[in-house]
Amino acid sequence: MKLQKNTLAAIYSVLEFAANPGRQLSAAEIARQYRISPHHLAKVLRSLGRTGLLESVRGVGGGYRFTGNAKRLTLMDVIELFEDVGAPRRSGRRAARRDPAAAGPSPLEVEDAVGVVLAEIDEIAEATFRSITLDTMLKLVARRRK
Amino acid sequence: MALKDPVRVRSVQPGDLAEVIGIDAGITGMRKPDYWSEILQRYGSGRRRQRFFLVAEAGGRIEGFAIGEVRDWEYGMPPCGWVFAIGVRPDARLAGIGTRLLDAICAGFRRLGVTTVRTILARDNSLILSFFRSQGLMAAPFIALEKDLER
Repeated sequence: MKLQKNTLAAIYSVLEFAANPGRQLSAAEIARQYRISPHHLAKVLRSLGRTGLLESVRGVGGGYRFTGNAKRLTLMDVIELFEDVGAPRRSGRRAARRDPAAAGPSPLEVEDAVGVVLAEIDEIAEATFRSITLDTMLKLVARRRK
Repeated sequence: MALKDPVRVRSVQPGDLAEVIGIDAGITGMRKPDYWSEILQRYGSGRRRQRFFLVAEAGGRIEGFAIGEVRDWEYGMPPCGWVFAIGVRPDARLAGIGTRLLDAICAGFRRLGVTTVRTILARDNSLILSFFRSQGLMAAPFIALEKDLER
């Protein structure tokens, strides 16, 4: 599973918000810290706002505030907002049709076998993202700082 | 969530087994009394100091359990502690009981000179996977493999 730029920006942002509960942050502040285009990040934050994870604070010095539950929200919850993770791979764990007269494996069989391995990798990645909450990520950041 | 009574983590006693079986059945949907009797004999007898079968008790009720063992050179790895099972009553969760049980079992591993704790979980068991992740466990340098022998 390769994460798109939007997804990574969303993960960085929700972690930044979760680390500063109650504090309002602007797209410009987060963009500066993570060296992301502010214009690009503003779109990501708007998307997060629409899902209810962030609430927008209007007025001078406005921005967003975290409204999610860091102990419950997983990385997968954020990823699913930006990636089509439910889409099945082209091949799966099914028997591929084969021409009995062919000597070697057919392209269909090869594609199928490669698809099985890629699906296995995706399953492991998904399980990992699904098991890590924002709170756990913040603990990981703290441990790595020591 | 906070429990009314203080939680005490201690070694299992034979009289705790019925409650442990009940907690496990509540989580897995299956009562396994024979299996648990064997586990009690193997891990709860106290005859082998590298084996741990701990329970968390509050107000005279068993709220959770954890089982583990120090194993030497399992899968070619230097001695480390393995946690085989951990379970907490659903109505007693979010009170830190799982953390207390894991801390106690890890303390036992440390006393035996072991510095790594490992476990293996079904990858769709998000609840327990999240618990261990929250306790700082990361992916180990193993990949679990299996084969369907009927195919």
